[in-house]
Amino acid sequence: MLKTKMALDVEKIRKDFPILKVKVNGKPLVYLDNAATSQKPKQVIDSVTDFYENYNANIHRSIHKLGEQATAAYENAREKAADFINADSGEIVFTKGTTESLNLVAYSLSNELKENDEIVLTQMEHHSNLVPWQQIAKKKKAKVRFAEIDSKGELKTDQFNELINKRTKIVSVVHASNVLGTINDVGKIGKIAREKSDACFIVDAAQSAPHMKVDVKKMNCDFLAFSGHKMLAPTGIGVLYGKKDLLERMQPFLYGGHMIKEVTFNDSKWNDIPWKFEAGTASIAQAIGLGAAIDYLKMAGMEKIAQHENELAEYAMEKLSEIKEVEIYGPSAGKRVGVVSFNVKGVHAHDTSAILDSEGIAVRAGHHCAMPLHSVLGITASARASFYLYNTKEEADKLIQGIRKVIKVFK
Amino acid sequence: MSENMNPDYAGVGMYRENIIDHYKHPHNHGTIENADIKFTENNPFCGDVITVTIKLMDHKIDGIKFIGKGCAISQAAASMLTDEVKGKTLEEAKNYKREDVVNMLGIEVGPVRTKCAVLGLVAIKEGIKNYESR
Repeated sequence: MLKTKMALDVEKIRKDFPILKVKVNGKPLVYLDNAATSQKPKQVIDSVTDFYENYNANIHRSIHKLGEQATAAYENAREKAADFINADSGEIVFTKGTTESLNLVAYSLSNELKENDEIVLTQMEHHSNLVPWQQIAKKKKAKVRFAEIDSKGELKTDQFNELINKRTKIVSVVHASNVLGTINDVGKIGKIAREKSDACFIVDAAQSAPHMKVDVKKMNCDFLAFSGHKMLAPTGIGVLYGKKDLLERMQPFLYGGHMIKEVTFNDSKWNDIPWKFEAGTASIAQAIGLGAAIDYLKMAGMEKIAQHENELAEYAMEKLSEIKEVEIYGPSAGKRVGVVSFNVKGVHAHDTSAILDSEGIAVRAGHHCAMPLHSVLGITASARASFYLYNTKEEADKLIQGIRKVIKVFK
Repeated sequence: MSENMNPDYAGVGMYRENIIDHYKHPHNHGTIENADIKFTENNPFCGDVITVTIKLMDHKIDGIKFIGKGCAISQAAASMLTDEVKGKTLEEAKNYKREDVVNMLGIEVGPVRTKCAVLGLVAIKEGIKNYESR
């Protein structure tokens, strides 16, 4: 086979990830579960170790050398996160992850929701961008409406013209589907939202920010959420971007230490943004790890990463489509991130995943926290291979061989 | 089976011929009309579901059938277990445990797949419990 020239120096990148040397069931690990969580390069692991070994202290409180160092590193990570999505650092709230980011927005904005207000989502939302809105709608007697997907797994973007009206207060959409991989035209959706309503426009970027250039100014979104652990950083750190005026207007979500300016027995004054939303001791080491992860991704180049993953998805989909027993979900490779969900006909996704595991291949199986989407697709579960910057075509080939084995076992 | 099928590998070792056979040709598959006991058990994490129907005679399981969707382990286990409990008293059926199902399957079942293996068992036991509390 002719080796096409990849955009990234993958061989060099792979050396930075210690876990890629691990053997699973006697076979080299083929890690294709990146949409669930990514692996971590030694630069990120080292940054966390360095914090704990050399300057571990609480931030924003301790007036001593280590406290100052820790605070500077934590706030430096915020600058990096801001730069990563073209925002100002005051607009970056650190959270536990996308789920907390979206819950924060949902709970805080719910103070402004009234009966018969409308919330517009899509059929391809992850539970984290569906359940908070659904529950708030119940409480406030508001209505949730869903933009549909077509038979190719693409969003019917024009539907937003009918779905959004003067009653619409929230439009919250996933940028890239964690099941179908579909990249949604959030710029267009945001534009419709602005024309037709005064709604807040929210983007769930959990599956896009790690894999492509995301620019909140270009998107013109009010809020954007993503997780560190899906983009080479530790678990327990995520980002909520919010436009300054909105963050200033909003009520805090969590109350407690650090989010206040002044507390008396009867009342409290909130801290400035973004700290108003960061109650309690932050995930300091994790934030520092996120900073290191962003450095790493920038060094590799987001455009190159996107191109590399697109090539892998296209290659894998081409090979998969040659197997008649395999059903692939979602649009063509050009319209998706490096996420490929599929089923082997007559075989449950768990069985597929277990047999692939015997070959050292890690994929996800289940409903991927998108049960309503699976019901639209008419299935209960799917297997999902998801690529990242360290994956190779050889690994995609191993996936194909593994699937052939699944078919053989169930013949 | 194929030459590179090494039973030492946890994944493939699970998929022995008898399991695949029960999965593809489940015993006692279907629904009993006018059943005395009917119970559906779900495993929301996999989307596995099994509905068991039981016809009783003299407090014994005279007939038992199941329908379901799910992985090979869950469906094969239900197929084997329904064979096993037929003719047993409710008291006897209630005493079946995870270990009994694992023995029937004849494979190692780790913590993640235990939920799959016992789905049919849970459906039968919960169904009996419901029936007795009526």
